[in-house]
Amino acid sequence: MSIFANYITPLKNNKYLVMKENIIPAIRLTVFCAVFFSGIYTLSILGIAQLAPNQGKGEIVTVNGKNHHINVAQKFTENKYFWSRPSAVDYNAAGSGGSNKGPNNPEYLKEVETRIEAFLYKNPSVKRSEIPSELVTASGSGLDPNISIIGAKVQIERIANSRNLSEEKIAEVIKNNTERPLFGMFGPAKVNVLRLNIALDKLN
Amino acid sequence: MNSEILGIIVMYGLVMLLAIPLGRYIGKIFNYESTWLDKIFNPIDKIFFKIGGIDPSKEMNWKQHLFALLTINVVWFIISLLVLTNMAWLPFNPDGNPSMSGDLAFNTTVSFITNTNLQHYSGESGLSYLGQLTLMLWQFISAGCGMAICAAVFMAMKEKTSATLGNFYSFFVRSCTRVLLPLSFIVAIILVMNGTPMTFEGKDTITTLEGNEQNVSRGPVAAFVAIKQLGTNGGGFYGPNSANPMENPNYLTNIVENASIFLIPIAMVFALGFILKRKKLSWTIYSVMTLGFLMLLIPAVISEVNGNPAISNMGIAQNMGSMEGKEVRFGAAASANWATYTTVTSNGSVNAMHDSMTPIAGMTTLLGMMINCFYGGVGVGFLNFYIFIILGVFISGLMVGRTPEFLGKKIEAKEMKIAMTIALLHPFLILVGTALASHLYAGNPEALSGWLANPGYHGFSEMLYEFTSSSANNGSGFEGLGDNTPFWNIATGIVMLFARYLPIIGPVAIAGMLAQKQYIPESNGTLKTDTSTFGLMVFAVIFIVAALSFFPALTLGPIAEYFSAQ
Repeated sequence: MSIFANYITPLKNNKYLVMKENIIPAIRLTVFCAVFFSGIYTLSILGIAQLAPNQGKGEIVTVNGKNHHINVAQKFTENKYFWSRPSAVDYNAAGSGGSNKGPNNPEYLKEVETRIEAFLYKNPSVKRSEIPSELVTASGSGLDPNISIIGAKVQIERIANSRNLSEEKIAEVIKNNTERPLFGMFGPAKVNVLRLNIALDKLN
Repeated sequence: MNSEILGIIVMYGLVMLLAIPLGRYIGKIFNYESTWLDKIFNPIDKIFFKIGGIDPSKEMNWKQHLFALLTINVVWFIISLLVLTNMAWLPFNPDGNPSMSGDLAFNTTVSFITNTNLQHYSGESGLSYLGQLTLMLWQFISAGCGMAICAAVFMAMKEKTSATLGNFYSFFVRSCTRVLLPLSFIVAIILVMNGTPMTFEGKDTITTLEGNEQNVSRGPVAAFVAIKQLGTNGGGFYGPNSANPMENPNYLTNIVENASIFLIPIAMVFALGFILKRKKLSWTIYSVMTLGFLMLLIPAVISEVNGNPAISNMGIAQNMGSMEGKEVRFGAAASANWATYTTVTSNGSVNAMHDSMTPIAGMTTLLGMMINCFYGGVGVGFLNFYIFIILGVFISGLMVGRTPEFLGKKIEAKEMKIAMTIALLHPFLILVGTALASHLYAGNPEALSGWLANPGYHGFSEMLYEFTSSSANNGSGFEGLGDNTPFWNIATGIVMLFARYLPIIGPVAIAGMLAQKQYIPESNGTLKTDTSTFGLMVFAVIFIVAALSFFPALTLGPIAEYFSAQ
């Protein structure tokens, strides 16, 4: 760092380089920045949020008088419901997170194998090669509200048996709730697990 | 072509559509030319200068610029430490979250004032809303600070001999109010209309369909996320950042947030061409950056879309690609795309967990941060590239036997020494830090077992990634690392400090000294810097510096992991 040493001596002699010249404006400027950006900007967006879905308090659907956050995965374990993706944080929406397991971590791969076997046990007619990977891998947030359409279809038989409904009826629920790619062109097609399950409950 | 690939192409298209006009606009801002937004912003800026007690017309030399920058950063450091260690009893804390410990507050403070946004806490449980809004303030003004100092370097590159480079405070306020604020406004509105929360109410409690109780964290998320994406900050409101469905609810918000990462860094390159009236130079720099970006993007996307071979071996379907740590609404392609955007710039936000990505994508994200100038951070990305230009000019000058000149200014020993010091600082910080951490871990793997979430090569990558991210002022992580310990908080804090301020001081010093030199008009003997030949030369310099410095470390991490899994 000796090359910087040349500049230190001249610094002392320059009247604009004393702390006093900068410190007071720095403090005053910072305080006003706080008022402007943390205050006025935030309040403006908060004001606009009053026009947004549920006034910016998170998008809600109401079923039988009860609120549900449509963008947040819920835990489903019963056979009569579509299951969400595995969650590394047990669907804790106040402490979201992923597993952060590396792709070749032996313990992690064992866990995935356990999930595959558990899925096959509960869905006996499904072949191993038909299970889409998202149903046995944890999402990034632990709150992924979606699964792929294949991920929904492999669960049809289990749900139909459990609800004493025809498989066609369940397939129709999936079809009616399929979310196409954005503008029909961009990104994956998917279904929202909570929407599917609300639709299922309406069938009976 | 499938909809996932089409999705990432449209994102880049959107960036370019907006970045070129935005670059022209930023050029006008720094040139003090009139724009149609003057009516709104002239009075606002006047209030800033009046309250700050600042004369925006006072010209400053390069030393005064640096002094002003460092002083205001010290003020931010102190305020931030005070807020973070006292959040528990201060207002706006509906969830009753605790104050931070000293070492965590040090790390978080440094992280946000240096525009890094490395997070060793989780937003839902680690910050009050006052804490979040304080960090959001640094997101605005640390980005504004980077743009202001970059503007000073642009002024220094003009075709004249001058000791002064404009006024730091004026560039700073203009960057914050005229660029960052209006863009954040637009992005925040799009987010809030798509379901991102914006409220001061605390957690919501609901009963799920199966009858369980679920708490859902909320807060002023939309305002925060907008500047997080635009200012190459990257610190998420929630722990898993934009993977969280509240922070990034659908594919449209993903496009907007993802495009926001690149918008200002690319616009700055075009602003340079506008200010210097050298459009061709901008396009040359842009092309080098884009070439590097694509060389990292394409392998990452292919690797993630193809899925994890270890999962394929289990005999299940991987139609969607590697999905551990990813979200279905984005898919593998848009996740790998974001991972590349966020690491070639110094953003560091994520929409998928990098720790769970395939070794190839893990390596390209690391390389993006190791090179740290393929677009780079807001303002400072160009400063990093500037160092490589100086090196490129010097080396090609030696090769063809011409005096090394850049834009009519002679590059001499003093400038070269600074450029080399800065170029070597980044590998030095990363490799020394990783070596130290590995040494500590290897000496006591049982006591430090909380550090690593994964064994073997991948565990090493977690440590390498943490120091790379800190030194690149990036802030993303292989988040399996148990990093909220005094060692990681202090070590990465120190690395972030050095890695932010020295690479600002170096280029500004070089540019300031060059600006004072006599301008030599172009002649036949001049090495032209806006040609593709020179572009390739700079690319080669970047490649050699990065490959030589980092190849051994990458071999121990992702490369070894890739081959051992085959």
